[in-house]
Amino acid sequence: MKNRDPGRASSAPPRREGENRDWSVVVEDGRAKTNEPVSGAVAAPETTTLRHEPHEPPRQHLPTKLFEKRTKVHNKRIDGPFRRFKWFVMFVTLAIYYGTPWIRWDRGPYAPDQAVLVDIANRRFYMFGIEIWPHEFYYVAGLLIMAAIGLFLVTSAVGRAWCGYACPQTVWTDLFQHVDRFVDGDRNARIKLDAAPLGPKKIAKRAYKYTIYLVIAFWTGGAWIMYFADAPTLVRDFWAGEAAPAAYITVAILTLTTFTLGGFMREQVCIYMCPWPRIQTAMMDEKALLVTYKDWRGEPRGSVKKAKKNPEKFGDCIDCLQCVAVCPTGIDIREGPQVGCITCALCIDACDKVMAEVGRPRGLIDYATLEDCEKEANGEATRPPWKALLRPRTIAYFLIWGSIGLAMLFALGARSHVGLSVLPDRNPPYILMSDGSVRNSYTLKLRNMESRPREMEIALQGLPGAVMWTDATGRDAAARAQIKAVPADQVLAVRAYVIAPEGAATQEFSFRLISRDEQRESVETEARFDAPGGGE
Amino acid sequence: MINKRIDGPTGTETVGHEWDGIEELDTPMPRWWLWTLYLTIVWGVVYVILYPAWPLIDKATEGVLGWSSRGELAEEMSVVDQARVTVREELSRIPIERLPENSGLFAQAVAGGRSAFQVHCSQCHGSGAAGSQTLGYPNLNDDDWLWGGDLKAIEYTLVNGIRAPGVEDTRASVMPPFEGAFDAAQLDALVDHVLSLGGKETRNPAGAQTFQDNCSACHGPVGEGNRELGAPRLNDAIWLYGGSREQVREQILNPKMGRMPHWSGRLDPVTIKMLSAYVWSLGGGEEFVEVAEDPAVEVDEEP
Repeated sequence: MKNRDPGRASSAPPRREGENRDWSVVVEDGRAKTNEPVSGAVAAPETTTLRHEPHEPPRQHLPTKLFEKRTKVHNKRIDGPFRRFKWFVMFVTLAIYYGTPWIRWDRGPYAPDQAVLVDIANRRFYMFGIEIWPHEFYYVAGLLIMAAIGLFLVTSAVGRAWCGYACPQTVWTDLFQHVDRFVDGDRNARIKLDAAPLGPKKIAKRAYKYTIYLVIAFWTGGAWIMYFADAPTLVRDFWAGEAAPAAYITVAILTLTTFTLGGFMREQVCIYMCPWPRIQTAMMDEKALLVTYKDWRGEPRGSVKKAKKNPEKFGDCIDCLQCVAVCPTGIDIREGPQVGCITCALCIDACDKVMAEVGRPRGLIDYATLEDCEKEANGEATRPPWKALLRPRTIAYFLIWGSIGLAMLFALGARSHVGLSVLPDRNPPYILMSDGSVRNSYTLKLRNMESRPREMEIALQGLPGAVMWTDATGRDAAARAQIKAVPADQVLAVRAYVIAPEGAATQEFSFRLISRDEQRESVETEARFDAPGGGE
Repeated sequence: MINKRIDGPTGTETVGHEWDGIEELDTPMPRWWLWTLYLTIVWGVVYVILYPAWPLIDKATEGVLGWSSRGELAEEMSVVDQARVTVREELSRIPIERLPENSGLFAQAVAGGRSAFQVHCSQCHGSGAAGSQTLGYPNLNDDDWLWGGDLKAIEYTLVNGIRAPGVEDTRASVMPPFEGAFDAAQLDALVDHVLSLGGKETRNPAGAQTFQDNCSACHGPVGEGNRELGAPRLNDAIWLYGGSREQVREQILNPKMGRMPHWSGRLDPVTIKMLSAYVWSLGGGEEFVEVAEDPAVEVDEEP
């Protein structure tokens, strides 16, 4: 790595600007600094960390370019272990997205039988055996925290794997790129077609391709709304024109975004619009696996023919540009880690294939940590990449992530399916009855979180001599406890009147709610009984 | 344009400033970003044409869609009114005796009555219907009713008022002032007796005789009161004008008698019905004794 050939920088591809510049070398503090652009891949490692001392470069006017035209990516077809893994992840994620709303899950006659359902109208969230009420939204917050820590975990272990394989933008871009390939052919055919003048054949091909885009986009938008209502009913209503306006608007918006972001914006989303690459870049360190070009092995680049003549003068890279051709975001990995690299590892597949053809060892571009790269370059022993996964940071993330998950599972399993809240009347706080006894009124909310109606008993705890009745029973039925049938999966509001004999003092007591079934779930809520002269 | 240089690793121009050795790259924006600017301009033009936009002197430009937030509110209000019309129609059809049987409608009536109560009744009876002992407004939450506590009696009181001037069927009763009728000893004995009816004092035979002669005609021999006459029950714990000796004596000598305005003509019958249901629902409402079997009460199913 040290003492590299200073002439090598000139082998970098020529830059667009400043061709006629005077690349003067500024000498400061006895140190030569160059203003010449150097590729990160070939730059001496010191230059990347070296701070530029403030100095006045030669004054000049460069042509100002405010906006840059997008260079269209025509990625080439490739096969290899990473491409196959990408196929696999794509099928799994798409199957989950399109298929999940159609999975049925029997919850009895009182609850929907859709396995995953976000029932906004009734404020319930169903996920297989789990049902979440709005007051339990902290489970969703917990899931989001797990997702965030999961991202930390994945990023610290395998870099931007989320970007490369599982991100919806990546998956749908991949899908649309396969459509391109299916309709227009592979890289060269597509470049040729793009350059060709608009004729009947091109129009037909474009129309065909955009129709497929639209169908996929519509299907994607349509699948989204299935999560929010009973899927078969919604499909019927949708085509009968009877679904809610929100359904049509949502489908229209998501069709449009899928069509635009997947069909046209593609890598621009990753490079310019998405915050994840920035955040993930900040979470990576020299111990994280990433797709990297081993420049000490590859440089200087030269064709097979040249290398045959002067084997000692050239590295392993034969400059075939296959890694650039297969890249779905159109970058050159040989320039080093960069924000445009989503680490999908297709360049590894491409390079390995070329290396096999020219009879050189695989892994010129490979998953490696920066630390291992340095060791390898210095000829030290390296370890297999999977060992990079096991280090204190990833283990710590995993433990945090796992314990949050376990805690949530435990809380979900142990949570009570009944609830009772007590709202005392404060105006008036008590009522004197004609026989001298004192009555207090309360609004009780009985919560039944089971998907079946349940009988529940509300009983007074404490408050000697007191009895209660409800708005439904009347005072004739006054007793220490009342029984109410709470509808399935509902909150029942009950007006409760508690009457204590003459002379009862202001005191604390509690309501106890017990489900009258084999579960015998119970919950106790404290309340206050007000009496004349008390607490004044 | 000063101090610009090309950054080594990226080959991009810097913006020309440096902060503690940190420089910013002047990466050109993607061209489609410019298109989003044009798109927002187009959006703005379309919006100005369709919706109210430019403020003028007394109002804004209206937009070709004719939309306004006030109009939207009016529309929503009319939808709510429409929904109310149905409920009110049903309420006007059902006789008040049958109202509690229809629990859904009853709940609607109670809710409507609650808001009407806050507007028309809370001034005297209080927002919690607790009344006021110092001012003599009865508590409507308890089980003590001067004129009857079933739905029909409450409705009658609301329609005709209590001692409402100029109303023929108003609930009316007068307790004569006994100022000068008793001497001090007689009065003391009478107060003793009245308080003993509710168990507050020991019995006083002399007072009992005075009570028998002067009061029992209306208040009943044991002070049980008479709802027909509006004579309050005296043998309970509730005293509208206070239960101390002083207050009871004052009430005998110069009785205070409350008034309540009649609401017929001021409130429509449905609102009165809703108010009755609300007052009845406060926890002291009484059942009808005979109505359920009364064939005379017909449910008018058709409007």
